[in-house]
Amino acid sequence: MEPTNKYKGWLYLLPAILFLGCFMVYPLVDVFVYSMEEGYNFASQTFFDTGFYNFSYVLHDPYFLQAVKNTFLMVVITVPLSTGIALLISVALSSIKPLRNLFQTIYFLPYVTNTLAVGLVFMILFKKTAYSDGLINLLIHLFGGPSVDFIEGPYPAKMFVMCLYIIWVVMPFKILLLTSALASVNEHYYNAAKVDGTSKFRIFYKITLPMISPTLFYLVITGFIGAFKEYSDAVALFGTNLNAAEMNTIVGYVYDMLYGDSGGYPSYASAAAIILFMIVMTITCINLLISKKHVHYV
Amino acid sequence: MKVVFENLTKKFPNRNKKAGGEVVAVDHFNFQIPDGKLVGLLGPSGCGKSTALFMICGLQKPTEGRIYFGEDDVTDIPPEHRGVGIVFQNYALYPHLTVRQNIVFPLENLKGSEKMSREAMNEKALEVAKLVQIDQLMDRKPNELSGGQQQRVAIARALVKMPKVLLLDEPLSNLDARLRLQTREEIKRIQRETRVTTIFVTHDQEEAMSISDEIVVMKEGVLQQIGAPQQVYDDPINLFVAKFLGTPPINMFDGNVVGEKLFIGEEAVLICPGVKDMAVHVGIRPEGFILDENGPFTCELSRVEVMGRDISVISTHKDAQSVSIRSIIDAMNDVDTTKAQVRFSLKPKKVLLFDRETEERVYFSIQGKSGDNYGLTDSVNSGKEDDQGNNREEVHLIHRQEAENQTEGRA
Repeated sequence: MEPTNKYKGWLYLLPAILFLGCFMVYPLVDVFVYSMEEGYNFASQTFFDTGFYNFSYVLHDPYFLQAVKNTFLMVVITVPLSTGIALLISVALSSIKPLRNLFQTIYFLPYVTNTLAVGLVFMILFKKTAYSDGLINLLIHLFGGPSVDFIEGPYPAKMFVMCLYIIWVVMPFKILLLTSALASVNEHYYNAAKVDGTSKFRIFYKITLPMISPTLFYLVITGFIGAFKEYSDAVALFGTNLNAAEMNTIVGYVYDMLYGDSGGYPSYASAAAIILFMIVMTITCINLLISKKHVHYV
Repeated sequence: MKVVFENLTKKFPNRNKKAGGEVVAVDHFNFQIPDGKLVGLLGPSGCGKSTALFMICGLQKPTEGRIYFGEDDVTDIPPEHRGVGIVFQNYALYPHLTVRQNIVFPLENLKGSEKMSREAMNEKALEVAKLVQIDQLMDRKPNELSGGQQQRVAIARALVKMPKVLLLDEPLSNLDARLRLQTREEIKRIQRETRVTTIFVTHDQEEAMSISDEIVVMKEGVLQQIGAPQQVYDDPINLFVAKFLGTPPINMFDGNVVGEKLFIGEEAVLICPGVKDMAVHVGIRPEGFILDENGPFTCELSRVEVMGRDISVISTHKDAQSVSIRSIIDAMNDVDTTKAQVRFSLKPKKVLLFDRETEERVYFSIQGKSGDNYGLTDSVNSGKEDDQGNNREEVHLIHRQEAENQTEGRA
């Protein structure tokens, strides 16, 4: 390369580097720094000491432990369920011809609907008011069951609504990607398999699944990350005081530590954010390791 | 296993629904593919060859008509129970499976009493792989193979269940020219060794002619002609078949038959007994020209291409339907390139006449001698023995002189 051209590449990269440096890299480094500074104060820019005290505090905070438990439960329940159901629906969608576009539109609607609007729908379904117990409770009554308070009642009921909500919200995007992945599998493979007398189940398991495995893997990875970052959906359902509702999430905890009623603790918030980062990182690495064997890029 | 088509028809609804109507992809096919032969379905793109193939393997249902394998009617039998193996145009090898897994795949589908043990399957796969010479590549993935190797894997996968009928859809179209020559020999060899009835689809007439025991020429869903490649080439039933077969292609002229003599322009070039006066398309195969200073047929000489084995004389003629006429003559001949014109006499067997209106073949008896009765025109050539081959040269000589006399007579 000629010497004059040597720095040209960097010159072209400069705007992006500056922008990302200012708004991504610097804050990230800052978070690391805050998390190690005990009792950091925004206003006075002072702190008492450095060390792992913040982590220790956060890990012993019952609210944080509750948030971790909630987040893990949501991840474990919603990611497999939403991906699995989305796959089922996509397969069903791609095997029907009439009204396919209509169904695709219907399934995609929640994606373009505002989170809070969907939250309102869930309120109608589940919320107890002075006038009604919510639609679901009406159904339970119909079958002779006792009414359940889904929004302010027992923990499993709340978690059930929460997971249902998350699955409902993330599904459209997954269906969209999976239907297009299914459509891109060449018809010839199916014809070849059919002539060889392959059963429907085997065709799906041995041909369709490996062929769409890259998309499926993408959805699982982004699904994990998205579920770990769950926050706004919880707010939509249970209001801003999530700690009181026992439905806080890790991101919710971080937010509370920064701006909530108990806010003003950037050091704790940073430590919690770092812990979340470690968890997501670990899970993603495990995912990548598993994918090496089961995902087939062609 | 012989394959019989009875009135086989496939219609597709028109893609443009407003226009309505239907497209007839395969139109009332009636023919038989003999047991253990390699048969080429040949025709230009979109003539329904692949549709016919897919109906044989059961992936498409015929609109009308029946298909028989031997004595069994298989029309309503699903593909997996027909005992066919198919090789798709793009091979359709499962990209995430190794060569071995690909070949074994059909065997793993077997159920009940046919079920095989893992060892038996692998053994069987290896046996087939050896047949197509890919036993060294068993653990590779398809994308690590060349086009020709992928093709062999696809054939191995189709053969591993010992199909009654092997179907190949454009088997050579994805290969480069060299590999194509090699692979078509290979297909021929594999077919000979397995003796499985093989039907392959191609739009390349050279490919079809070179390896088929029989070719089936199709045009727009309609069967044109069936026969051994040489026979169809020598004796095409209509203009389409004559033009479709042969490289270089047949030279076409506008001609007229007057008083049992064939005129191209002002020249009487050939005697054609038994043909009434009519306007005709004249087709002359490139090898049908004999360089002859006194020949009846005069063309404007453009250039000479030397091939070594033979030479091509490129010339023009005002009544030719193409820009140039290509004639292939023996390299022993010396073409005088200083002259503006070149004269030929014609081999009668290589001159084909077609009705200007119907484009059907017009047969004439080859004069003086037997005449080839072409198997189809008994009424025209009845009772004549075929002893043509012995003194062909002599026949040509007679013709040439006679044709010459005619020209002089006219002049």
